[in-house]
Amino acid sequence: MRRLLHLFCLALVFIPEPLLALEFNMPRGVTDTSQSIFGLHMTIFYICLAIAIIVFGVMFWSIFHHRKSKGAKAAQFHGNVLIEIVWTIIPLIILVLIAIPSTMTLVDMYDAGESDIDIQVTGHQWKWHYKYIGEDVDFFSILNTSREEIENRKKKNPNYLLEVDNALVVPINQKIRFLFTSNDVIHAWWVPDLAIKKDAIPGFINESWTRINEPGTYRGQCAELCGKHHAFMPIEVKAVPEAEYLAWLDEQKAAKLAVAASAEKDWSMDELMAAGATVYEKNCAVCHQADGSGMPPAFPPLNGSAIVQGDKVGHIEIVVHGRLEKGMPAFGEQLSAVDIAAVITYERNSWDNQTGDIVTPAEIQAMMEKE
Amino acid sequence: MSAYTETTHHGPAKGWTRWILTTNHKDIGTLYLVFSLIMLFVGGSMAFVIRAELFQPGLQLVVPEFFNQMTTMHGLIMVFGAVMPAFVGLANWQVPLMIGAPDMALPRMNNLSFWILPFAFAMLISTLFMAGGAPDFGWTFYAPLSTTYAPPSVTFFIFAIHMMGISSIMGAINIIVTIFNMRAPGMKLMDMPLFVWTWLITAFLLIAVMPVLAAVVTMMLMDIHFGTSFFNAAGGGDPVLFQHVFWFFAHPEVYIMVLPAFGVVSQIVPTFARKPLFGYQSMVYATIAIAVLSFIVWAHHMFTVGMPIAGELFFMYTTMLIAVPTGVKVFNWISTMFRGSMTFETPMLFAIAFIVLFTIGGLSGLMLAIAPADFQYHDTYFVVAHFHYVLVPGSVFGIIAGVYYWLPKWCGKMYDEKLGQWHFWLSFIGVNLTFFPMHFVGLAGMPRRIPDYALQFADFNMLTSLGAFLFGTTQLLFVYIIVKTVRSGKPAEQLPWEGAQGLEWTVPTPAPYHTFSTPPVLGEK
Amino acid sequence: MKRWLKPSTPTGLMLIVVLMFGFGFMLVPLYDVFCEITGLNGKTRGPYQGEVNAATNQNQRMVTIQFVANRNDNLPWGFDPDQEEIQLQIGERKQTTFRVSNTYDQAVVAQAIPSVSPARAADYLNKVECFCFQRQPLDAGQSKDFPLVFFIDPDLPADISKLTLSYTLFDITNPASARTH
Repeated sequence: MRRLLHLFCLALVFIPEPLLALEFNMPRGVTDTSQSIFGLHMTIFYICLAIAIIVFGVMFWSIFHHRKSKGAKAAQFHGNVLIEIVWTIIPLIILVLIAIPSTMTLVDMYDAGESDIDIQVTGHQWKWHYKYIGEDVDFFSILNTSREEIENRKKKNPNYLLEVDNALVVPINQKIRFLFTSNDVIHAWWVPDLAIKKDAIPGFINESWTRINEPGTYRGQCAELCGKHHAFMPIEVKAVPEAEYLAWLDEQKAAKLAVAASAEKDWSMDELMAAGATVYEKNCAVCHQADGSGMPPAFPPLNGSAIVQGDKVGHIEIVVHGRLEKGMPAFGEQLSAVDIAAVITYERNSWDNQTGDIVTPAEIQAMMEKE
Repeated sequence: MSAYTETTHHGPAKGWTRWILTTNHKDIGTLYLVFSLIMLFVGGSMAFVIRAELFQPGLQLVVPEFFNQMTTMHGLIMVFGAVMPAFVGLANWQVPLMIGAPDMALPRMNNLSFWILPFAFAMLISTLFMAGGAPDFGWTFYAPLSTTYAPPSVTFFIFAIHMMGISSIMGAINIIVTIFNMRAPGMKLMDMPLFVWTWLITAFLLIAVMPVLAAVVTMMLMDIHFGTSFFNAAGGGDPVLFQHVFWFFAHPEVYIMVLPAFGVVSQIVPTFARKPLFGYQSMVYATIAIAVLSFIVWAHHMFTVGMPIAGELFFMYTTMLIAVPTGVKVFNWISTMFRGSMTFETPMLFAIAFIVLFTIGGLSGLMLAIAPADFQYHDTYFVVAHFHYVLVPGSVFGIIAGVYYWLPKWCGKMYDEKLGQWHFWLSFIGVNLTFFPMHFVGLAGMPRRIPDYALQFADFNMLTSLGAFLFGTTQLLFVYIIVKTVRSGKPAEQLPWEGAQGLEWTVPTPAPYHTFSTPPVLGEK
Repeated sequence: MKRWLKPSTPTGLMLIVVLMFGFGFMLVPLYDVFCEITGLNGKTRGPYQGEVNAATNQNQRMVTIQFVANRNDNLPWGFDPDQEEIQLQIGERKQTTFRVSNTYDQAVVAQAIPSVSPARAADYLNKVECFCFQRQPLDAGQSKDFPLVFFIDPDLPADISKLTLSYTLFDITNPASARTH
C-alpha cells in the first residue's frame, strides 16, 4: 500500500533534478514519509500553478482585448447557470483528487505499529532534552553557536544557529518513536528532512515516528514561539549505521560513569575556571549576560552580587536548587557536580568578583548527598 | 434633485467638538478611516523594526524580547486597529448611501463604538512602556506563554482586547440593524449592492465570534489572577483548549477581514468594465457559504498539536471545501471583466491586483489545507507569506481601492490620477518583493517569529526587507495624495466614473452632510 | 419623522452576543466531553469503578507499556518510575510504583497529570489506584513511593502494541501565584 502511494506521488513529480539543489523548495528529506509529503507538495503546487495559468490567462486576455481604448463595447450578460454549475463541480473534482493521496499519507503517518527505539523529547526554555527510554541515557542539547557570532563580532560559520553541543544520535533503518512533552510552554520539534513537526505541550504527551533511510546530519529548529530565545534552540539529528549507534550508546553510558569519577579527582583553580567559563556561557549568560551584568529587574547581576561574593554555601544552594519563583532553574538537576563546581568558581572569580574561592566537585557532592 | 436642497437645515457643528460629539455617519466614517490610517503607520513602523532586524543574520538592532513585542504588537494593531476599523469606516460612509438611508440606525451608539477605539489602542500601545515590556507572545497569544509566563502587561492587553471587542460588536449591530430596517422602500435584500451584502454577512460573523474572543481572554484573566485552571494542566486544564477556543474566533475573524474587500471589488470591477456583475446571486450565496464554512475549519491552524486522525481528516476536508465558493467569486469577477469595455483608473488597478494576489494567497491556502504537507509548512514563513498575501494585497488593497473609488463622492474633489498610478505600481512591486520571497524561505525551513536566522535564508530575507521598506514608504505617497485631493483637488463630477451604478452616485458631489432625508424612489435615476 | 427602527432587531442581536459569550465558556465542558469520547490529547479517566476481572488469561495478546516521569518547570523533586517498561497481557491487573523525593528545602504540594500516547489508547487504560487522583504534599527532604494499579482494556485496538503513560508533576503549592519573569 505504502509503495503504491509513493509510486503515485513520485510519478506526479516531474520537477527537473538540478532545481532541487537550490534552497527555495521544501527538502525531499530522507524518510519515506518526507518523500511522499514532498510528492504531495509538488502535486498540489502544479495543480495550483495550472489553475493560476488558466484563470489569469483568461483575465489578462480580456484585459488586453476588452479595453475601452481598443473600442471594445461592453456586453450586458450577467449570468449563465450552466457555466456557474460547471465551475463549481470541476474544482470539487480536483479537490477529491488531491484529498485521496493526502489521506493515504496521513494514515501512514499515524501508524502505531511496534517501534525499535523510543526517545522522549522534552522542550525547555530554551533547549531540548532527550531521553532514550529503557537505556539510561539522557542529556540536554543546547545551541553551540558562540555569542560573538550572534552579535556579529566574529564570522558566522555555515551551521550558524543550527548547531548544538550534544546532537541526537539515532540509527538508520529502524523505526524510531518520538514522545514529545514540555517543561514549561509549548514548543514544537521540527526537522524538515524527517518531515516531523510536533508540538511539545506541558502536561501532555504527543508522538510521532520516523525511519531514516540515509546516514547524515539533519538540522531543525523549534517551530512554536516559546519566549525570547525561541530562535536559539536548534535541533541536530545524527543518523548513523546501527553498529555505530550502539557504540555511541555504550560510550554515553561510560561517559556518565566517567563524569561521576572525575568528581573525585582534585581540580585546580585554572581547570575549574576554564571549565566554568564554558558552562557559564552555555547555561547562565542567556539571562545573567556574558559580563555578569544581568538584566534587572528580571535577572539580577552576578557582578558584584552579595550572594556571589558572600558565603559559598548560599551561592551553591541557589545554583543547585534554583529560585523557582524567579525563574532560576535548579541546576542540580541538569548539570554534573563538576560543572556546578566549575561555574560557581568561575562566577566567584570573574569580573569584579575576586573572592579567590575554589569550590570543588567534592563539596557539591557532599552537599547534595546531605539532603 | 430638489430633495437635497432642503437638507441643509443644519450642517456640521463648528469647531473640534463636531468630531467628539458627532452622530453623523459620514463624520464617523471619516473618523474611522483616519484612525485606521494612523494605525496602519503605527503597525507599519513596527514592521519596519522587524524587517530591519531581519535584513541580515545576526542580532543588530533590537534584543529578542523586543523583537517578540514588535511581532505581537504589529499583528494586533494591523488586525484590530488598521484593517477592521477601515472596513467599519467604509461601511459607515457607504452603507447608508448605498441603501438610501438617512443615517445609521443607532447614531449615538455609532459615536460610542468609534470613541472606544482610541482608548483601547492607547492602552495597548502604553504596554510598550511598562515594566516587563509589551505582550510578547504573538498575536495568537497561546497559553501558557500568555498566562503563566506572560509579562505583567498582559492584563492591560486583555482589557484592550475587551474594549476593541465591544466596539466591533456595537459597530456590527449597528450595521445589521441599519441594513434590515432602513433600506429604501422597495429595495429587497437581493437588490442590495454586493458591498452591503458582504458587510451584512461580516457583521453577523462579528457578533458571533467577537464574544468568543471576549470569553477566551476572560478565561485568561481568570487563570492569571483568580487561580482558575482553564488552560493550566496543573489544575486539570489544557493549553490546547486555548487554541481551540481562540481559533474558533480567529478563523471567522480572517474572513471578517476579507469579505468586505470582496464587496468593494464587486462594486469596482463592474464599474470599470461597464458591464453588470456576473452571477450576482451566486456571489451572495458564495459569501454566505464561506461564512458558514468558516465555523467548521478552525483546527486547520492546529494540525501539529496531536489531534486524532479523524480530526485531522475532517478539518482538512472542510478547509479544502472553502476553495469552491472562493473560486466561484474569482470566476465571477473575471467573467464580469470578460467582454467588458475596460478602463484602468487607480481603483480598478487595485481591484485587479486584489483579484490576482488574493488568488495567489488562496492557492497557497489550499496547499496549507493538506494536513500532511502542513506538517512541513506550519509555523514557517510560508504561512507568513500566505496570510500576508490575503491581508495586504487582499484586504488592504481592497480598502485602498474603495477609498480611491469613493473619495470623489466623499470630498467632491478628484484625486491626481497620475500620482494614483504611481502609488499603485510602487505598492504592487513593493508588496510582491516583500511577500513572495517569504514562500521560498518558508519552504526551505525558516520558522516564523525569529529575530535571527541561519545563513541559507539570508538572500531572500534581504530582498524581503528591501521590498518592505519600499512598500512602507510608498504609503506616505497615499497620505500625500489624500491630503492633496482634499485641499486642492479638481472638483469632481456628479458621476465621476462613467460606468458606476447605485444610489450613492445619485446624491450631489460632494455628498451633503445629510442625504436621503426623504427615502429615494427606486428606479428613478 | 417616521420611526425607522423596529426595536426587536438590536435586542435580538444583543441576545446573540450574550449567547455567544456564554458559548465561549460552554466550549470548555464541551471540549472535555469531546476529549473523553475520542481520547483526544491522551487524557485518562478517573478511578476505574467496575469489577477487575483477573481471570482473562485466555487472552494471549501482549502489549508494552512505558512509564515516563516529568517535572514541570524543573520542580526540584526526584521523580522516577521503578520500571521504565513493562510487558503485560491485556486485561491483566498490574501494580508498579513511582519513587518521589522532595529535594527542595520547603514543603511542596504537587499534582501529577497523566497523559497517554497514542492518544486513542487513553480510553483503554484503566487506573484502579493512582497517585494522580489526589494532590501530593511532601515535606522538605521527604521521600515516598507512589503506587499505580492499572489494567488495559481487552478492547484495545489491535494495531496498538506499545503505549506510553506519562506523568508530569506540577507545583501547586501556591496556585494563584503566576511566575513572574
